[in-house]
Amino acid sequence: MYGKGRIIPALILFLGLMTSPIWYKSGEASKMPKPEKPKDYTECVAPTQEMRTSHMVLLNQWRDDILREGGARTGKTPNGTEYVRSLQNGCMKCHSDKKKFCDACHNYTSVKPYCWDCHLQPKEAM
Amino acid sequence: MDSKRRDFLKIAGLTAIAGIAAPSAFNTLLKGEAIASAGQAAAGGHGAAAPTGKRYGMVIDVKKFTENPGLAEQCVSACHTIHNVPDFGNRKDEVKWIWIESYEHTFPTESQYKRPDALKDMPILTLCNHCDNPPCVRACPTKATYKKKDGIVGMDYHRCIGCRFCMAACPYGARSFNWRDPRGKDANGQPFIKAENPKYPTRMRGVVEKCNFCTERLAIGQIPACVEVAAQTKALVFGDMNDPNSEISQVLKTSFTIQRNPAIGTHPSLFYII
Repeated sequence: MYGKGRIIPALILFLGLMTSPIWYKSGEASKMPKPEKPKDYTECVAPTQEMRTSHMVLLNQWRDDILREGGARTGKTPNGTEYVRSLQNGCMKCHSDKKKFCDACHNYTSVKPYCWDCHLQPKEAM
Repeated sequence: MDSKRRDFLKIAGLTAIAGIAAPSAFNTLLKGEAIASAGQAAAGGHGAAAPTGKRYGMVIDVKKFTENPGLAEQCVSACHTIHNVPDFGNRKDEVKWIWIESYEHTFPTESQYKRPDALKDMPILTLCNHCDNPPCVRACPTKATYKKKDGIVGMDYHRCIGCRFCMAACPYGARSFNWRDPRGKDANGQPFIKAENPKYPTRMRGVVEKCNFCTERLAIGQIPACVEVAAQTKALVFGDMNDPNSEISQVLKTSFTIQRNPAIGTHPSLFYII
């Protein structure tokens, strides 16, 4: 092979550089986010797993039901606790710290929802 | 062979006649139906028959605002504070849900000739008409604005793409566009929203907004903010127009009211006592 003295080391160097992010972080698993749950409340509007995977679907359903169909503004948890079907006035009443709850996972998964362009987050968290 | 050809031509001819005659006969029947239904509506009143079910409306007694100077401004400020409506400080970027207008601008279709002088300086409060036949809803390409069952023309700001077709379609100028970020600050560092109401969201740059007849207050049993401010003077009467026992029905029954530009067939829900 012509010029093998230069090509093979250059290839090795190239592969090494390309895979360097893997070597750099090898051995340490990145930390799972731990969103801080509210201390004063024990149950959410739906089971944790459902909330984890489809809270955004639920928020959209609330929105469409209330805005368009004139649906109920409040709902009840399986245990009978009444809650407001609203991000700003409902969710954030318990999950009052956006940074410690919403952002923990959203930053980890690099999701950038535009909720807070319009909705106001609780004052103490700002 | 000859007789078969004759039969074929006969059948072909009959089919052709039937094919031409049937649709026109059908059309004639449909037209008859249309005329019949139009006749029914005409008997019920002006234009198409009024829808049944809940329909919120408002009566604005213009004279009461002249008798109580400052009341109109209070109504505007109450609404704009509750709904986090930004004040950009110039007319070009103005965002308004409810505002004060002159008689000639509120009622350009009414005659302005030989009107009482008092009308000239009369502050006339005006807001979204919550039309029964809203042109803005037809114009919206994303269904961000819609007609609700209770007669309120609502908006879902999540869906608004800021095309402003609704603004062009609205004959009453009741819609405003956020040319600037409502959460922003002016040159002196003053926020455009003086005091944020934490119970209600703001809007973002690039969406259209308008009065929602306080649908969020109605849901929890309160009356619209402007009506609450004017409650003592009874300058604004709000209620279900389809309920014959409601206060607004009584007012509409006993007073002569006018609507803004009724001839275009939008069927506004605002009525003015001049």
